[in-house]
Amino acid sequence: MSRREKGIRTEKIPKLRPHAKRGLFPDPECPEKQAGNAMALIEVDRLSKAYEKIIAVDGISFLIHEKEIFGFLGPNGAGKTTTINMLTGLARPDQGSFRIGGIDCTDDPKAAQHLIGVVPDESNLYPELTGFDNLCFCAALYGMRKRERETGARKLLETFDLTEAGNRKFGGFSKGMKRKLAIAAGIIHNPPILFLDEPTTGIDVASARQIRQILAGLNDSGTTIFLTTHYIEEAERLCHRIAFIVEGRVVRIDTLANLIQPIQDKHVMQLAVSNSKPGLHAILSEAFPHLVFQALPQGVLRVEADKPVQVGPLVRFLEEQGAEVSEARKVRLSLEDVFVRITGIEVDALRKEKEKKGGGA
Amino acid sequence: MKRWIAFWNILIKDMRAYYLKPPNISWGLIFPLAWTGMFFIKSGGGLEDILSLLPGVVAVSILFGTTSMLAVTVTFEKKGRSFDRLLLAPIPLELLMLAKTSGAILFGTVNALIPIILAAFLSDLSQAAWSSAIPAIVLIAATSTFLGLFIAVSVSEVFEAQTFSNFFRFPMIFLCGLFFPIERLPIFLRPIAYVLPLTYGADILHGAFNMRNTMSLLTDFILLVFFCAGLFFISLRNIKRRWIA
Repeated sequence: MSRREKGIRTEKIPKLRPHAKRGLFPDPECPEKQAGNAMALIEVDRLSKAYEKIIAVDGISFLIHEKEIFGFLGPNGAGKTTTINMLTGLARPDQGSFRIGGIDCTDDPKAAQHLIGVVPDESNLYPELTGFDNLCFCAALYGMRKRERETGARKLLETFDLTEAGNRKFGGFSKGMKRKLAIAAGIIHNPPILFLDEPTTGIDVASARQIRQILAGLNDSGTTIFLTTHYIEEAERLCHRIAFIVEGRVVRIDTLANLIQPIQDKHVMQLAVSNSKPGLHAILSEAFPHLVFQALPQGVLRVEADKPVQVGPLVRFLEEQGAEVSEARKVRLSLEDVFVRITGIEVDALRKEKEKKGGGA
Repeated sequence: MKRWIAFWNILIKDMRAYYLKPPNISWGLIFPLAWTGMFFIKSGGGLEDILSLLPGVVAVSILFGTTSMLAVTVTFEKKGRSFDRLLLAPIPLELLMLAKTSGAILFGTVNALIPIILAAFLSDLSQAAWSSAIPAIVLIAATSTFLGLFIAVSVSEVFEAQTFSNFFRFPMIFLCGLFFPIERLPIFLRPIAYVLPLTYGADILHGAFNMRNTMSLLTDFILLVFFCAGLFFISLRNIKRRWIA
């Protein structure tokens, strides 16, 4: 397992050119104020967008550095796709400004389109064209010559294990193959910046894993990636920095290490308890003041502590109280717990969305 | 150069994916043939009537071929979101839409040639003014295509595009002077005839084939170009307002 797969980031994000525009983040509450002197490839300043009376994106600001994988994590309807649409030129912001590669795109959404590749949340290739022809056509849209297009298309079909399917019509591809070809179409012109909207949603585990490996490889070769997802584990595996977006607002932006730091030293156990009497929670808190107890559904008792939890005394105490403990297991805290703490959104809600979309990633 | 590579490939892709498909080729052949036959039988005249019918058949063939094809293909691509891929391409919107409409303009122009080729076998076309007929055919094809674009941008479903197309096309056929002279229309309908682009295209074709134009060719051409540019730029504005909103 690679360091990225383990969620360990040790590489240093290189610094680039200084902000071309002064006072880009004048808001003292801006979560990226500290990064004010850093160099960024994408600079977003108080961007807002409303559809009729619904505010889709509400004054978001962030910076994305070169060669960074920046995760945009939030539930459905949080404003992730609207943000991507604004940054890629498919929607116009109502307020705020943004620059991509130093180019101010606020008034001209097409100004930086030569620098970006986009993989939308739904495959938007041509069902009547073959996989190979789709890739060649997408390359042609960026002005690539015939030989370059064909060589690039063949190489990408091979990379994505689609060589055999390359001569079949895109309309007949499976969902996983469609996603892979959509990603190939997004990178065929070698863009320095890649926007991906929920790249692994609704596809099988193996394809999702392959896509994550390809994205990690692209990033290693220098591509800056803006990734929206509602798969917390995906963000944890891939991203250098993560923004949590809820109801159109960015509630926290930080590096993965900083985000998980508060929970890193925590120790959590989960006990399956039955026949527990009322008021057990209070009795436990009194008997074990150094432990934090939380009753979860289906008789699960969650125990959190700053030191490793001694299971023996706890189980004995519970049994003395008439309860039966059938299972005790250690729980590894993850970004999921951080997300719940910061956003207040239960991860179950995200899981349901995942199931609704038919996801298995 | 890069932009023109994109332009050319969009055009070629559309020709292959839509216009050169057997159903469209057969539509392009059968439709003008059916119209020619219908009006020829209705006129009750001989082969000498072909020249008087030719402008109408040519114009209607272009109008129906281009508006349907473009309105349907653009709406279809927008619905399937493949049109977004074009909007993401680093080419100006004007050039992108010209690329997207060029296939339909070519299709309409080729449609117009079918009744002309047929007429050439049955009648004497040596007196036809090709210097005005050919530009008029291309301009009618462009105007009708941009009308199709205007329709495509105004609707969201393919069936709406078809319905909306007919809303424009059928009144246009009967009011533009192709088959009934404008002077013979009821007085309250005449102003409508003069706001229809096909009126000016039909007048040029009447002049080119029968020397029976009612307005000066210069006026006709200027107004046709005006309609052409107007529909194109209104469509572009609508795309920016509705699709890049």
